[in-house]
Amino acid sequence: MNGRGLIHYALALLLAPLLLGVINRVKAAFAGRRGQPVLQPYYDLVKLLQKGAVYSRTTTWVFRAGPVVTLAALLAALALVPFAGQAGPLSFQGDVIVCVYLLGLARFFTVLAALDTGSAFEGMGASREVQFSALAEPALLVGLVVLGRQTSTASLGPMFAAVGPALWMTAGTTLALLAVAFFIVLLSENSRVPFDDPNTHLELTMIHEVMVLDHGGPDFGLILYGSALKLWIFSAFVAGLVVPYRCGNGWVDTAAAVGALLLTALVVGTVESCMARLRLLRVPHLLISATVAAVLAFLLMTR
Amino acid sequence: MTSWLDIVMVLLFLTDLGLLGSSRLGVYVRLAAVQGVLVGVLPLLVQHTLALETVAVAAGTIAVKSVLFPWLMARIMRGFDDRRERQPYLGYTVSLVLGVLAVGAALWISRRLPESGAGGLAAHGFLMPAALFSIFTGLILLVTRRKAVTQVLGYLVMENGIYVAGMVLVPESTFLVELGVLLDLFVGVFLMGIMIFHIQREFDHIDTDQLAALKDWGGEP
Repeated sequence: MNGRGLIHYALALLLAPLLLGVINRVKAAFAGRRGQPVLQPYYDLVKLLQKGAVYSRTTTWVFRAGPVVTLAALLAALALVPFAGQAGPLSFQGDVIVCVYLLGLARFFTVLAALDTGSAFEGMGASREVQFSALAEPALLVGLVVLGRQTSTASLGPMFAAVGPALWMTAGTTLALLAVAFFIVLLSENSRVPFDDPNTHLELTMIHEVMVLDHGGPDFGLILYGSALKLWIFSAFVAGLVVPYRCGNGWVDTAAAVGALLLTALVVGTVESCMARLRLLRVPHLLISATVAAVLAFLLMTR
Repeated sequence: MTSWLDIVMVLLFLTDLGLLGSSRLGVYVRLAAVQGVLVGVLPLLVQHTLALETVAVAAGTIAVKSVLFPWLMARIMRGFDDRRERQPYLGYTVSLVLGVLAVGAALWISRRLPESGAGGLAAHGFLMPAALFSIFTGLILLVTRRKAVTQVLGYLVMENGIYVAGMVLVPESTFLVELGVLLDLFVGVFLMGIMIFHIQREFDHIDTDQLAALKDWGGEP
């Protein structure tokens, strides 16, 4: 436990939905619209949490547990994620693997809840989600292993604390490859554009949206908040690699890291505005490219 | 220390992987042009001194590999209806995975090579692995793709690899050798261009796989 880690944790809980707002705003600006307010995700959350829930009679407790367990797993994962070069509130040797597994657990329960509705449509979404994340996970894990090997630790906190201008000078190419791999994983895991279109409710193209279609009210609010936290976690990985500069003063560092996250959201929004969604058959190819980038980084490091 | 040489070599790795993983002929030609520039600036980075000869060789290499050849290929491709490599013998994803294995093999082999070459270049970083990997990539492209253009391109990539390897092994006399090789390659690409043109005019496609069957054998429409 450490004080600054806790402050960062509170900051993440507070600011995570803002990233979604920024992405939406950037997309609106690209399309020439004014767009929804930046704080719209907060209004949505408040609105959803005040509603009542409706449950289908075919569902069991798994369906109700889904959103809660997902959010709990993501909250736990968030506690492990370092921010601004400072370890999270929880930090121990091997927390890399715990973090990846917690993200996996969150996904697993979303999938279970989707399957529990008994709808073939949600089953299709679940199948796609599992297929794509099975390909995205190696990229993330290999990337983190490379980073751990490079900084000779198995804990996320010290790992990202060691990433700095000095490491960029000695192993810049490796880190750049990792940043690319992490960014592709970010887009895939948060169902952003080249993989999935978060705006569309067109049946054949959705992946993540399909699975949460039967959730409503507070449950959907929890899911929305969970996806905001997930975006925050992955953005923190990418930003921690790409903007490693620390000036010593804690508060300036924190502000810089928040700025870096908002910048990441800006880039995500830009990518989303400039690219079309990939055909479903091409998606695995891009994910394998991310894994290839991570493995290449690994090979170049061990030469 | 990350030097410019390392960055150029890693970019060479990436363009090779890009060639293995993409399906559009236009992307192939553009990546080959980028690779020509990367290989072309190599003498400047290796030699440190800006001798007139070095600059001339660099300029010549870049001019031929990243302007002339891509231009020729773009010209050849202008007549194609289908600008994709359809149904290669090995899928793009499999090629990519094979490419990663090839990177591993290249690193493994180059670590076991005796350290030869002036200035300890062989010992230096990624030069030898990148050279070997380019050769492997060229080989994979040559063997697994169907279209004649892609096969010519695989040959080009292979030559890039040989050029880099020559830079490591005989840094002094490499330029003379390279000029000869470039000339050969130019003639080769030129001839293949004419051949592809004729094949295409005769058969309406450049799928080399189908050249195995005789055209006027009745039976097949």
